[in-house]
Parts: sequence; structure tokens; C-alpha cells
Amino acid sequence: MSELSLLDPFQTLTIPLGEWVESALTYLVQNFRDFFRAIRWPIDQVLNGIEYCLQSVPPMIGIILMSLFGWQMAGKRMGLFCACILLSLGFLGVWSESMTTLSLVLTALFFCAVMGIPLGIWSSRSDRVERTVRPVLDAMQTLPAFVYLVPVVMLFGIGNVPGVLVTIVFALPPLVRLTNLGIRQVPEDKVEAALAFGCTNRQLLMKVQLPLAAPTIMAGVNQTLMLSLSMVVIASMISVGGLGQMVLRGIGRLDMGLATVGGVGLVLLAIFLDRLTQAMGDNSSTEKGHEGHWYEKGPVGLLLRVLGKSKKTKYAKKSVA
Amino acid sequence: MSTEQPLLSIKNVYKVFGDDPEQAMKMLDEGHDKDSIFDKTGQTVGVMDASFSVNKGEIFVVMGLSGSGKSTMVRLLNRLIEPTSGSIELNGKNVTQLSSEELLQVRRKEMSMVFQSFALMPHMTVQDNTAFGLEISGVDQQERERRAKDSLSQVGLSGYEDSYPHQLSGGMQQRVGLARALANDPTILLMDEAFSALDPLIRTEMQDELVRLQREQERTIVFISHDLDEAIRIGDRIAIMEGGRVVQVGTPQEILRNPADDYVEMFFKGVDPGKVLKAGDVAERKPQEEIIGVFSGATDTDQDYQYVVDEAGTFLGLVNTREAPDELVSDFRSINAESLVNEVLDSVARSDYAVPVLDQAGCYQGNISKQQLLQTLHNA
Repeated sequence: MSELSLLDPFQTLTIPLGEWVESALTYLVQNFRDFFRAIRWPIDQVLNGIEYCLQSVPPMIGIILMSLFGWQMAGKRMGLFCACILLSLGFLGVWSESMTTLSLVLTALFFCAVMGIPLGIWSSRSDRVERTVRPVLDAMQTLPAFVYLVPVVMLFGIGNVPGVLVTIVFALPPLVRLTNLGIRQVPEDKVEAALAFGCTNRQLLMKVQLPLAAPTIMAGVNQTLMLSLSMVVIASMISVGGLGQMVLRGIGRLDMGLATVGGVGLVLLAIFLDRLTQAMGDNSSTEKGHEGHWYEKGPVGLLLRVLGKSKKTKYAKKSVA
Repeated sequence: MSTEQPLLSIKNVYKVFGDDPEQAMKMLDEGHDKDSIFDKTGQTVGVMDASFSVNKGEIFVVMGLSGSGKSTMVRLLNRLIEPTSGSIELNGKNVTQLSSEELLQVRRKEMSMVFQSFALMPHMTVQDNTAFGLEISGVDQQERERRAKDSLSQVGLSGYEDSYPHQLSGGMQQRVGLARALANDPTILLMDEAFSALDPLIRTEMQDELVRLQREQERTIVFISHDLDEAIRIGDRIAIMEGGRVVQVGTPQEILRNPADDYVEMFFKGVDPGKVLKAGDVAERKPQEEIIGVFSGATDTDQDYQYVVDEAGTFLGLVNTREAPDELVSDFRSINAESLVNEVLDSVARSDYAVPVLDQAGCYQGNISKQQLLQTLHNA
């Protein structure tokens, strides 16, 4: 080894970050494997529940239900649009894989919402929390997925659950950021008015800040869904099923047909989720669409109206409740 | 109208915006002024040494140009901004010493606020906006609905319960803001430039509406304004603020006639005294013009006219000393003491004599001559 040179000290003085990480990881794997296994449990439960629901429903029933949901949230055109997209998924022959991917994405969304929205609220209330959280979020978004893919496998094993975990890492930041932003953007005078009328912090949050931030938070949900979908292909490297795996297998075997089918399936699913959440976000925006309560519109409204003709009194009571 | 008993009294209140208010307070004690404190420490003195009291049932206007600290002042009252020092007493209770729980109760029950920007909740209907304060205080649904409907009808917005704020015009939105504040039935209504964002016609209408509401319900109102005409129109008393200080407190007439300093005087330069002063303020009494007691002919023939008043002060009539010294003219012009000077111009101009000014009970308050009227209009 050469002597320490002032002009180029980096020949001898280096931080052995790689070695540290490796030994830390080895230590964790040897001593805390059970702990990490325990983290799998809640994710496993939610994932299995959602996947069971989506897979056990016959495709046609599933398509009808989801289209009705789309109609309810955003009108007839959206219902029709959902039906078209989902039918094409079915005709492409990827229905089952799509449902697996959808359940992965929804599970990731569930955990992102459970963690991300409270974290966003917290960082909107304290500048210090925001300053601390921001670089972590930056790291989560920019760190190449392959870097944490391997440690995740070492700690959690392979399969769908670790797949959801890496998806959460990648998809969480926008929800935190946009929740934070949405709450900070609530006009100062509304907050002041709420305080002047004697709101507690909790009332301020529930009655003023969250409702006014809802469109921005929905945009966050939308982004989280999109990022989750884009992560699915990478996550399939650690043996996550669904459309991503089709793409990966197709590439591996140079079977461009298979890869394309999987890819198109992903795109269709992405369009479906994007439109739906965008429409929900528009609904939650306050400036437009005050045509009445949700139960007066869409299929539920139709159903209530039809039933209301025969049993008017009974349903009038129900819809009030 | 006002029973002279302070409902709210503010004593030596200071507000310093900055990191180290202690230091700024010390510098204020040493006699530094606002600008030098800002230069040396970067801290802004928002309000300094403000003292005044608000009586029950009056409209008290805090008036000043932008940057005078008036908006800060009103937020100190309900502690949306914490005062640095001083005391604010509401009904004998020191607001500055309250715990946060007690403060919530004061904000919910005793003080409601109306904002310049309306600050209505866009996601709530007019009805829900009006009931907002009640909902926060945990009033039950039925009661809330009843009281909200009630206060909406007070401001003339019945029938708009299910509309959303963005569907209403500015004037109507501010009516909702006012209804929201009234629904809580507060001891004091704080209005921060409540009408400044409205166009002049609607503003006048809202001012009249406010005065009407205040008369009907004997509300105590602290009204913040930068508009002197508005202050004079609605204010029973006015506090003039300049650079964080309260420069003068008084009725519009008092301030107009005896401005505390050059600033106030300059401020009132553009005001038409005919709109502020009442006949009673201008009327003059000269002993040689009066005959008190039983009338038995003119007593001082130097005067053209003499005014006859009985022992109780009731005005009986006047006598033309030149032409008919023994005759009591009972067919005379008179002016109500409460009328504005502008409203009596015509009566005075058309009359040969100085017109007698009488109060509601018919008691003689003095008279107004043409010469005196012109001087009044010229002076202020």
C-alpha cells in the first residue's frame, strides 16, 4: 500500500460502508430472523384475504361488480369504461394473473395508507418531522430496487409477501408527501376560523384539514397505486406472481408474445386504477359535483328508486340512516 | 343604548413578534421605539401599550390604516395571537390567564369572529357552515339545526340552507359568516374588516343590517375597520390605532371636535363633519338669548330673537324682540338634537332666526345660527 497522500487521500482512507452493511445484515439475519418473520404475518393475512376474494369470484361476476363500483363512484361512462377494460383483460386470458397483481397492489396500498397518511399528517404539523422524514422518502424513491431486493430476500424469504414489502418501500413516499402538502395547503383563514370557533386540534384535523386536503390525498393514493404497479415487474424477481411474472418469464425465454401480453395486461390494469382513483379524487374535491348524496346516485340510487316505488316508507328510513 | 359598564377591558397589552420578546419588552421600557427595535433585534412590535374598554351593547370600532396593528389587536382578544404582556378582561375573567380548555370554552361561547375573507368551509352547506361553531361545542343535531335556521333567517338567508358557499355572492357569503357567528349567541362579536371585501353598495347594506341586528339584540361588537366612513357610520365609539398604539378613544363627535394629535386630525381631514356631528353637538346656548320661567315680554332688546324656556327646560317658543316684543311665537321651526348636521342644513338656511334645537323630550339644547353652521362645516 502507498503512503497517505494529501492530494489523493482516498487511496488509503475509505469508509468501508459495504463491509459494514454486510456484517450488519449477517448479524440481523442470524439473530432477528424470527422478528422479521413476524412482520410477514399481518401482510400475509391481508394479502391472502384480498387475493381469496378476488380469485374466488367468477370473472364475469367480478367484472360486473367492479363496473358497478365504477358507475357508483364516477357515473355511467366510467362504469362502461371499467367494463371494457376488464373484459379485455379477460379476453387476453390474463384474468387470474391480473387479480393476483391487483391483490398485491391493493395490499401495498392498504399498508401505505395505514402508514403514509398518519405520517403525512404528522409531518404537516411539525416542521422538524418533515425535515427528518424528507430525506428518508428521497432515499426510498431513488435507491434502486435491486439494492434492497436482496436483503429483503435474506430477511423475509421469497414470495408474494416480501414482494408487497418492497412495493410498499417504493410506493409509500408520494402518499406521505401529498398528504403533507394537502394539509399544509389548506387556506390559512379556514384554519384560523376553525380555531376561532374553538376547535381542538383533533376537530381541526377531522372537520377542516382532512376534508379540504382530500383531493390532494387522493392524488397521493393514485400515485401510490401507479408506483405499486410499476414495482410489480421488479418484485417478480423475488418470485412474486401475477402479470409481472409473465413479463419476466417472457423476457427470460425471449418469448416476446408472453411478455407483451403481460405488459399490456399491466397497462390495462393501470389505466383502470388510474381513472377510477382520479374520478374518486374529483368527487372528493369540494368545488364541483354537489348533485346530492352518493346513495342518491349510480346503481345504488337506481336500486333505491326502484325499490322505493314498492316499499317507499321502508327505504326512506334506510336512506336517512 | 349602552349601559356604561365595561364588558371587555384591555389594559397595557403588548405584542412582539419575534424570537425574544423579553428583550424587545426591555428595550421598550428603556424608551426605544418600534423602528429601532426592529433595526437592532429584527423583532416587530405589533401592538404596544393598548388600553381601552368596550361597554356592553355598543359597537366599538378599532380603526387604523394597514400595519397599524388593528387585526393583531382583535386576534389578541381571543388569543388567536398570544399577547406578550398585559391583561384582557372579559366579564371580570382574565382571558390571558386561561388554561387551554377554558380558552376553548371562551371561544365557543363568549366570542365569535367574522372574517374579512369570509372563511367559510367550502365542503359544507350553508346550514352546516352556520352550525359549525355549535357542532364544535357538541350541541346536538336538532338544537343545532334550529339555531342555525334561526340565525340564517336573522341575516335574511332563509331558503339557502342547502346551497354551498361557492354558489353564493360575496355579500351573501358574508351573511353566512355573520350567521355562523350569531348562531353561537356570543357575548362579544369580533368582526375583522368584515365588510372590506364587499363592493360599496353591499357594504352599506351590510352596515345597516349590522346596526339593525345590534339594536334588536343589544349585541356587543368589536369591529375592525380601515374605513373611516364605515367607522363613523356604525361606531358608537372609535379607537384610532397608529403604529401599534391606540392613539385616541372616543365617540366620532368627540374625536372630530378634539383630535388627540396631528395624526388623528389629519386622518379626520377628509371627513364631512355634517355626517358626523349632530345638531345637539353644534347647538349653542347664550344666556342673554334666553328667557327662563314665565314669559312677560322680551328682556334684552339687543338680541333680535329670544328663546323662552320653562323652569324644567321645556321649550315654549321664541319672541321677535324687534317687531313684537310681547308676543310669544309658538309657530316656530325646530330641530331634533339627534339629527345629523347635514340633515338640518335646509331648515337653518331657510329660517330668519337661529333655529332652536330640542331633544326627544322637547327640552331646549341651544340653537344653531347660519353663521355657526357655516363655521362648523368649514372647521373640521
